[in-house]
Amino acid sequence: MATEYSDNEMMAISAGRFIKNGDIVFAGTGVSMLAATAAKRIYAPKAVIFFETGGIDPSLDEIPMAVSDLRVMSGTCLNSGLIEAFSIVGHRKLHTIAFLGAAQIDKYGNLNTTSIGYYHRPKTRFSGSGGACDVASFASGVITFMQHEKRRFVEKLDYLTSVGWYKGGDSRRRLGLVRGGALAVVTNLGVMRFDDITKEMYLDEYYPGVSIEKIIENTGFEIDVSRARQALPPTEDELMILRNEVDPQRLICKA
Amino acid sequence: MGNDMEISDKLMGIDTAVKRFIKDGSQIALGGFTVVRNPMAVAYEIIRQRIKDLHVVCHSHGQALDVLIGAGCVKRLEIAYGGNGRYAPTCIRFKKAIQQGDIEFEDYSNYQMSLRFLAGALNIPFIPTKSGLGSDLLTHEGFSEDIRKQKKVARKKLSVMQNPFSEEEDNVVLLPALNPDIALIHVQYVGEDGTVRIKGLTFADIEQAKSADVVIVTCEEIVPRSFIRMDPDQNSLPPFFVDAIVKIPYGAHPTGCYGFYDYDPKHLNYYKNIAGDDGRFKEYLNEWVYGVRTHEEYLNKIGADMLMKIKANPVLGYAVGLDRK
Repeated sequence: MATEYSDNEMMAISAGRFIKNGDIVFAGTGVSMLAATAAKRIYAPKAVIFFETGGIDPSLDEIPMAVSDLRVMSGTCLNSGLIEAFSIVGHRKLHTIAFLGAAQIDKYGNLNTTSIGYYHRPKTRFSGSGGACDVASFASGVITFMQHEKRRFVEKLDYLTSVGWYKGGDSRRRLGLVRGGALAVVTNLGVMRFDDITKEMYLDEYYPGVSIEKIIENTGFEIDVSRARQALPPTEDELMILRNEVDPQRLICKA
Repeated sequence: MGNDMEISDKLMGIDTAVKRFIKDGSQIALGGFTVVRNPMAVAYEIIRQRIKDLHVVCHSHGQALDVLIGAGCVKRLEIAYGGNGRYAPTCIRFKKAIQQGDIEFEDYSNYQMSLRFLAGALNIPFIPTKSGLGSDLLTHEGFSEDIRKQKKVARKKLSVMQNPFSEEEDNVVLLPALNPDIALIHVQYVGEDGTVRIKGLTFADIEQAKSADVVIVTCEEIVPRSFIRMDPDQNSLPPFFVDAIVKIPYGAHPTGCYGFYDYDPKHLNYYKNIAGDDGRFKEYLNEWVYGVRTHEEYLNKIGADMLMKIKANPVLGYAVGLDRK
């Protein structure tokens, strides 16, 4: 009998599989924290997790609930500040992967975490960029976590907070951003990637029990599904590590 | 210990510090980050003294910003992020104020705001970065032309220019420096000589302090000169940057302070539940801010039980096994 698992667990495992030994992983809050920690414990023990607040390689015996959480300062190799942290994100010698979340995403992986509606008097105001715009500008690659809904996967963002592939093709490079771009989007339904040439989003993996049609229905723009394959479910081992070592208090796993 | 002579002119109570340095319309920089080391005691005192029209400048901020906005103390805001981690992914009164058009606001990113403080600290008028190219941070200006003419407000949000050292097309974003009237930071230690030591992450507190005209430091402990000078590599600011020193243990509650106490999940959850409702938020202020005359009274309200629960393991820096749901 297959083991039951939550959306957050599947998302954390899917994103974690992208991380390689030697990567420097920039983690945000929520699922992204779970994914970063899972990646290090399961796939890439030599990856280094760090936070925009300045905490580098914390022991993460308990899962942090914010990027400023005291737990990102504990057992680190170095505690610094924001300016030092951003000198790491964009460092030419480092391969940095950033985990972000967003309220809206477009087909080029550009993100909105600022507001919905008229900017000066929005219908819904969100937290704002924080470090998202910065890491999207500087990191070697960005993996974004999204709830897969039509209102979130949109043709046009209400506000472009963080640049992905901008307008596709080589437009990101032409802006003056020398590296990086959107690497993948991990949702509760599957994993999207971006075409090498056009930089448009395509469906790479759909989760067990999720149909391709469901993903098309929940995406607000046309998405190429010709390359789609079914994702491998999390293994017993992966789930055990996730639940017992990464998030023993089940603060994020359960949701 | 007991020799506070070197800082006797700077040591004062929270009420005096706020009264002396913070005025209606002051531009204040808030130290800390989302749920950690917010200058809460100062924020509460600002509210009690009913100071108005503040211009707040910060990167990622949480609880102090939110209560100041909710209490009607803030007119203008330059910010990268308003959130309380898991307890309020978007700060509640901040969200409401922007949606209702109650405050003037300008969006930047964390790195951009940190660089602006750094430029202010270095006394240079602007600083370049690559961050934000292609984003709406560059295309959307929050402040009106009228606001742009006022004191301590840059004439433009930012400016994009060609790298003058390159013959190829290469854009950079220029950000205006910040020199706030007052920086408010809460730290673990101040020495009897006035030296400041921040434990754990410093965020952009050091840049903020150096960029400001006046620095108010609240601290958990005043420690002997011999202690703070035994390991100067650990120190964050020399004494001469600091104008006011207030010893106020748990001065960052309900946000955390590395090595001393964790954030208070019960209080932050309670706040999350009431802050969206104007009436209940008013009651909250009456109960927790206007209604408490001293910081000791505030701590009594939180209760010894909770203060024990959030007490940090001094080695690990946080409260191990704290129920954070």
